[in-house]
Amino acid sequence: MYYQPDIETMSREELSKLQLERMKWSLSQAYENVDFFKRSFDGAGVTPDDLESLEDLAKFPFIVKQDMRDAYPYDLFAVPMKEVARIHASSGTTGQATVVGHTARDLENWGDCFARGIAMVGGSDESTLQVSYGYGLFTGGLGAHAGGEAMGCTVIPTSSGNTKRQVQFLADCGTDILACTPSYALYIADTAIEMGYDPAKDFKISGVICGAEPASENMRQEISDKLGVQYCDVYGLSEIMGPGVAMECAERGGLHIAEDQFYCEIVDPDTGEVLPEGEWGELVITTLTRECTPLIRYRTRDVTRIVSEPCACGRTHRKIDRLRGRTDDMLIIRGVNVFPSQIEQVITAFPEVATQYQIILTNKGPLDHVELHVETEPDYPIDTVRKLEDLKRRLEAELKANLQVAVDVKIVEPKTIERSMGKAKRVIDKRGEQA
Amino acid sequence: MILQLTVFLQNEKGTLSRLTRTIADAGINMHAMFLADTAEFGIARIFCDAPEKVAQMLTDAGFRAAVTPVNAVHVPNEPGGLARLLDFCNSADINIEYAYCFKVGDDTAIDVFKVENENIDEALRQAGFRIAEPEDIYAF
Ligand SMILES: [Zn+2]
Repeated sequence: MYYQPDIETMSREELSKLQLERMKWSLSQAYENVDFFKRSFDGAGVTPDDLESLEDLAKFPFIVKQDMRDAYPYDLFAVPMKEVARIHASSGTTGQATVVGHTARDLENWGDCFARGIAMVGGSDESTLQVSYGYGLFTGGLGAHAGGEAMGCTVIPTSSGNTKRQVQFLADCGTDILACTPSYALYIADTAIEMGYDPAKDFKISGVICGAEPASENMRQEISDKLGVQYCDVYGLSEIMGPGVAMECAERGGLHIAEDQFYCEIVDPDTGEVLPEGEWGELVITTLTRECTPLIRYRTRDVTRIVSEPCACGRTHRKIDRLRGRTDDMLIIRGVNVFPSQIEQVITAFPEVATQYQIILTNKGPLDHVELHVETEPDYPIDTVRKLEDLKRRLEAELKANLQVAVDVKIVEPKTIERSMGKAKRVIDKRGEQA
Repeated sequence: MILQLTVFLQNEKGTLSRLTRTIADAGINMHAMFLADTAEFGIARIFCDAPEKVAQMLTDAGFRAAVTPVNAVHVPNEPGGLARLLDFCNSADINIEYAYCFKVGDDTAIDVFKVENENIDEALRQAGFRIAEPEDIYAF
């Protein structure tokens, strides 16, 4: 049921004590061994000795992605190279790659974090884990692999690709748990169905652990239904470790953070101020045990909130809510933070509306005005004015309830919503354009 | 029941002419057209030849178009023609979504109406109304 019951169900008081002890160690590990942190702490006028409580962490400066790029390749390493067991690197699609090192202990901790998620989908040392994440510099494959080995599973390292063979392993080797990206899980399911299987009935599989890319609620449901499995959402980022920083239990009310290994804060993305518990904002992570690449207050740019209500699964570690998006996507409308993903969520609950949409922001006078353009699905009856107006009103009411901002819904003709070659342009901000 | 071509239009300059131009360019003859409009959008209801083919052609051209089965009856082109039909619907508890009529030749008109429960042809016939057939209105 639990992989490390003593840690996962530790009392909050004990856990806080452990976090403080480890945070002190981590601050020293960074300050004493990494030039960057020495300079940045000194610049802010703080030393590790200034940390007396967990809240004191707010006195310390942030580290951002660019700092990691600047440190390429090894400037953030806090241990000599002979202790570095492995390095991972994130792809540098928008600039210099970032390199993260792991000691043998770091890798062991990583395996433990991921193994907790395997237990969350009912896995044990009896289970067979198929890892269809890519293996390599990307942390998905080897991270899940380490989790499977830590748990004592039979691991099938299929890596990604060759989808028919993936299906063959699911069918023939009795895979219990599949770990891969959500889009690949869906692709595997569809391929299996095309090959004539009903994976929900024909395969033994009972759980999937999916992460590394966003998945809508609909997509998760589709994966669960097609494969007949429990869906576990896994959060992680290569800068911090990889998959396993937080994982979703069967209660599905968020992802349990491995709080013995990571300390999470939520800050206002504009001011950097720590926000009260439960508010939505940018996730900032401090590693508590990492030896090779300790990170103090790393700005993830992921937007979520912390869920601290006790979980029915019995784990005491707090949770992060499903990610709302990246801070880069956030819109501020009449002072309210709105994410395109929230609008998307509302739209997907309306089967009569197509998933194409566009948000147009203007300001008439001092107030922001939000117009949402949507198209009806091709088979939606367009013949009755009353039904179309009713659909518009229902959508507007639902959006108002979810976003706390009034949205003017406009049903438009198909193809009026601009589609670019790659990603559709979802937001058109015309505020400040008019006189 | 006859098939009406229904097209959703944004209430913006030029959308209606774009629609009629597309239909004209395909060499299709329109027999009647009615526009329902709100502040933001309009619905064009059209009788034309080969409605299903035209709906598909418009969909391919990027319009939101569909065919809608509607009821149509011949009524004498004289005072009270439409009133008698509506009286009947009222007494038979038939809810009309929308209705319109147009004149055919000199002495008859065709009343077109959309109801919630679609097939009321038999009830109309029994009540003595003359149902309009598709061929009365358009070619296939
Ligand atoms: Zn839980």
